[in-house]
Amino acid sequence: MARWPKPAEGSWTQHYPELGTAPMSYEDSISPEFFELERDAIFKRAWLNVGRIEQLPRTGSYFTKEIHAAHSSIILVRDRDGSVNAFHNICRHRGNKLVWNEFPREETSGTCRQFTCKYHGWRYGLDGSLTFVQQEGEFFDLDKDNLGLARVHCEVWSGFIFVNLAAQPRQTLREFLGPMVTGLEGYPFGELTERYSYRAEVGANWKLYLDAFQEFYHAPILHGKQTPDNFSVAAQQAGFEAPHYQLDGPHRLVSTSGVVTWELDAAMRKPMEDITRSGLFGPWDVPDLGPMPAGLNPAGCEPWGLDSFQLWPNFTILIWSGGWYLTYQYWPTSHNTHIFEGNLYFTPARTPRDRVAHEMAAVTFKEYGLQDSSTLEATQLMLESRAVTTFQLNDQEILLRHLHKVAADWVGDYQRERTEAKR
Amino acid sequence: MSTPLLPIEFADLEQFAEKWCLPSETERYDQRLNSTMTDMQRFYDAIAARAEDALTYCDKFSIDDMPEDAKHLMHLLYSMIQVSFPIEVWRQPRIPDTGSASLTCVIEPSL
Repeated sequence: MARWPKPAEGSWTQHYPELGTAPMSYEDSISPEFFELERDAIFKRAWLNVGRIEQLPRTGSYFTKEIHAAHSSIILVRDRDGSVNAFHNICRHRGNKLVWNEFPREETSGTCRQFTCKYHGWRYGLDGSLTFVQQEGEFFDLDKDNLGLARVHCEVWSGFIFVNLAAQPRQTLREFLGPMVTGLEGYPFGELTERYSYRAEVGANWKLYLDAFQEFYHAPILHGKQTPDNFSVAAQQAGFEAPHYQLDGPHRLVSTSGVVTWELDAAMRKPMEDITRSGLFGPWDVPDLGPMPAGLNPAGCEPWGLDSFQLWPNFTILIWSGGWYLTYQYWPTSHNTHIFEGNLYFTPARTPRDRVAHEMAAVTFKEYGLQDSSTLEATQLMLESRAVTTFQLNDQEILLRHLHKVAADWVGDYQRERTEAKR
Repeated sequence: MSTPLLPIEFADLEQFAEKWCLPSETERYDQRLNSTMTDMQRFYDAIAARAEDALTYCDKFSIDDMPEDAKHLMHLLYSMIQVSFPIEVWRQPRIPDTGSASLTCVIEPSL
């Protein structure tokens, strides 16, 4: 018996008829050819979140971002006028990577007045202009004014920095994000500046990890042993149902009701949760963040648990009712590997006790995250066997259906355009 | 005898300080993977019983200006959280079935 009303069509999946209800193929997650198409069709055309404005606190602050899927490395830098510039990380002289430290494949960050190429000393200003050429007189017809760093489209929304590698993006960032995501405007992201950042190299296609975090049907089983027995038995018997799923263009949302941990029977909690007054759902002492934006908790749950916004293609913002949020990013490195980045954002701890509560939430996140990623390599291996080629998805897995459909649509559109251009 | 790492009020926990007063999450997680359940149970029992006292002690200081020995006590509390999962949940140092998974903490708040 459903605990939450389903849409009039009978299910969330049927509420979005373009998704269909047929079993799904995972060929898009095991095909090297499909991944090669995703590079151009998706990662060189969509707006990609590369970080937050707090990572560029002052003039000259910079960081680099490796976008393997687009064969790109990008420099993000705060200019003198406060704006954020994005450039391809390549020197105009002989193509050396301009900004790196010790290991050319690794990302780096810092503060500088200008960028100097390690190879022959060409220098560029924070606005990308070429300011100095070693032995300039040795060159032929050198037009320094036209040899600035190659610019990448860059826009900031709610403090999140996005880049777009297309020569000309088809939509502005706001148009791309659409009303469901921009409904988050007003959430005080800029006040939640205490950050834990995690990184993993995962032996699975990038979409499979998105899948792992965009359904909670797995939670009572995969994470069942992480809670005291009577809690996990109750959770398993109840199963999981979300009160609200929503799609908007290429983006997805699942909203869930909450559990008020500290109102549970003490036997339902781990001793460490009581000691630290914190756990998976975050610190029990919730900071006052003021009124929440209209786009949060769309089902009006009371108590509300969390909203997980999946921004196409590879970025998730997960906002907990407890006054903190997570972001996830999935950066493909091949058809069956990717780099996962998870960030936890809290309001800065006011007291050591607050800080211990944050630590408990962060360590708990890691315990769950390791479990979530542990199944991915197992899934990838078996999908690649192609022993079974169609897979059943239930109504609580509607977002998976949508993600893979959007990937297919973007690749399909790209192929069509390429074919038409050849005519 | 070497200089104590912890405030004198927590002399009873000093025996665990050298091993568990570790400033980074990666060091604490590695220490957990390389420890026996017997060792972690002893540490957990000792510090869990003093956790409220330790939190109250640390709360006397501003988070931006903690004396070194109080910082060590905070690191010990973080290690308590780290070992609580093997002790309370897994009955082994590593999360079951996660041998090929990793999740490395690359940035954590300063203390």
